[in-house]
Amino acid sequence: MTIVSRLFAAALVAGSSMALAAPALAAGGGEKPPRQSWSFYGPFGTFDKAQLQRGFKVYREVCSACHGIEKVSFRNLSEPGGPGFSEAQVKALAAEYKVKDGPNEQGEMFERPARPSDRFPKPFPNPEAAKAANNGAVPPDFSVIAKARSYERGFPIYVFDIFTQYQQQGVDYITALLLGYEEPPAGVKVEDGLHWNRYFPGNKIAMGNPLVAVFDDAGKPNDPNFYTDGTPVTKQQVAKDLSAFLMWTAEPKLEERKRTGVKVMLWLILLAGLLFMLKKRIWSRLDEDAPAKAH
Amino acid sequence: MGEHHSTYVPKTGIERWVDARLPIVRLMHDSAVSYPVPRNLNYFWTFGGILMMMLVSQIITGIVLVMHYTPHVDYAFQSVEHIMRDVNYGWLMRYAHANGASMFFVAVYIHIFRGMYYGSYKAPRELLWILGVVIFLLMMATAFMGYVLPWGQMSFWGATVITNLFSAIPVVGESIVTWLWGGYSVDNPTLNRFFSLHYLLPFMIFGVVILHVWALHHVGQNNPSGVEVKNYAKDTVPFTPFATVKDLFAMVCFLMVFAWFVFFHPNFLGHADNYIPADPLKTPAHIVPEWYFLPFYGILRAVPDKLGGVLAMFASIALLAFLPWLDTSKVKSGAYRPAFKIFFWVFVVVCLFLGYAGSQPTDKAVLTLGGRVVLDMVGFGQILTVYYFAHFLVILPLLGLFEKPLALPASIADSVLASTGHGHPVGAHASPEK
Repeated sequence: MTIVSRLFAAALVAGSSMALAAPALAAGGGEKPPRQSWSFYGPFGTFDKAQLQRGFKVYREVCSACHGIEKVSFRNLSEPGGPGFSEAQVKALAAEYKVKDGPNEQGEMFERPARPSDRFPKPFPNPEAAKAANNGAVPPDFSVIAKARSYERGFPIYVFDIFTQYQQQGVDYITALLLGYEEPPAGVKVEDGLHWNRYFPGNKIAMGNPLVAVFDDAGKPNDPNFYTDGTPVTKQQVAKDLSAFLMWTAEPKLEERKRTGVKVMLWLILLAGLLFMLKKRIWSRLDEDAPAKAH
Repeated sequence: MGEHHSTYVPKTGIERWVDARLPIVRLMHDSAVSYPVPRNLNYFWTFGGILMMMLVSQIITGIVLVMHYTPHVDYAFQSVEHIMRDVNYGWLMRYAHANGASMFFVAVYIHIFRGMYYGSYKAPRELLWILGVVIFLLMMATAFMGYVLPWGQMSFWGATVITNLFSAIPVVGESIVTWLWGGYSVDNPTLNRFFSLHYLLPFMIFGVVILHVWALHHVGQNNPSGVEVKNYAKDTVPFTPFATVKDLFAMVCFLMVFAWFVFFHPNFLGHADNYIPADPLKTPAHIVPEWYFLPFYGILRAVPDKLGGVLAMFASIALLAFLPWLDTSKVKSGAYRPAFKIFFWVFVVVCLFLGYAGSQPTDKAVLTLGGRVVLDMVGFGQILTVYYFAHFLVILPLLGLFEKPLALPASIADSVLASTGHGHPVGAHASPEK
């Protein structure tokens, strides 16, 4: 078999019959995530700034060791429609990170503190390093992960979604995944280096439960003052805050988009109304000369 | 029917001077102002104008996107995110372009089905129709290559599956695929040539659209009665202001649907996997093309043989070009063909179901009896595919011979009288202030 036909066979098998994924799913995996309520839902939805700040804290203290947000710049954190940190806060925050720059006049690369205009540095210098540190799996970048994850809505629900504007599959899934770590059902063997998750497609996920960094075995927070704004530290809250933050990293212009959309819609409705009246008026001329009536 | 003669009268000395040397103002006047339009057109006839608007919109947003996009496997995904984050209104340009492609296909499918229902492909409009099929083919090629450019997982694997179709051609197939790729797999040379062609093809579409409109203005528009214009004064109205204002109103309504997706639901018509950067080593669980290709994908998968599937898919599109000769009925409009009307709607439903079949895993059960799968997605797709071809090759040729059409109105003006009882078409009422 040549490489061409082999690729074709692979792609067509995977693409058309789902032969690879279906047995895994059928073997008991990946429940549909429950629906959560989000402040950014609907045509007038906006991000909850405090939630984004809390989510950023979770990201920074729990996820960032393995998962980058390499498409996000520090300056984005103080831009409108985001977590709303002050420019001074962002400057101080960026300075805590080191980025590689150069070459300098001696032709050498050097490290310097990050500036707000820099993007977040990657946690690993290359995919090989990421693999070596993570049991052979590369932790995905989180910049657009909230738009890169989804689940099947199924017919006819996805038709209704057009009208309800439901599009939070990604954040619902991330929240569910974070809360979905469980003991495997009796008789199911989970290989070393894998973990059982109720919502992960195929159920066996390489990532360990990340929330153990915040909660003890009994589900109590290690630090009751993990959140500084008084929000109760619960698993559900932490999962949702992180998900909301990841929605913002994936769609930083969400608020600007929706605001513009409302204006555009109002303008179009007005224009359509005027044009409809104009159309009626122009076509009513036909009544006067009415060639057909004379006929 | 011949072309109406020019009614343009240059008013000033400059206009007369220009008109004697290059009658471009005359051309514009004759084709967009005085051009006679059948007075009984319904709103399905506004989609030609809507398509022109979408083509222009796609070209404008596309040109701006190109200013910020990098056609390289290492930077393409990154540059699209740069557009989304760092470019002023970049999110608007990209979402308008991506959703614009979908809206373009929504409009073109309505336009095509309108032509099918009212027999707009029949003499003397065969070439007009065939040019339309050519535009449709070019649109499909353009949309496919455009979807590859962001270099996400679906871009890469979609490109791999579709280009591999050509390997089904006996003897030279694999050489053709290598030639298309510019290498031994979908890689940077593939991305670069797709980018180049994605920029070229819309202008070719524009060229064929000019021919399409030229042919249209030569033979005149069809209309819901399917009866040709007999008396210009009674049967037609001047394009401006009558068709202009109606088209504008329809365009704005269409823009509202467009804006709904762009501003409030921008990723609904896309696929989440395309927000994962392309990875040649990781095949997505489920490769699906964009929704507008699904019926044809359904036909491709219905045929168990690879070459057969490819041929069936291309034949399903090529068949459209022969429609003027496959439909044997002398009556143009479906409104006067009681049996055709039923078969037309069955055909529409079959096309929708083909799209559904194309979107689903092939081993999914469609019908189970007593716990046993009697019909899976493949079988379902096969039944639909057979019907698709039968519609063109069996039903339409025979219908024309056996169907008894209703009595046609004597003229367009008569059909208007019959439908409203007044001297004006539906929707146009006398306004009291006049």
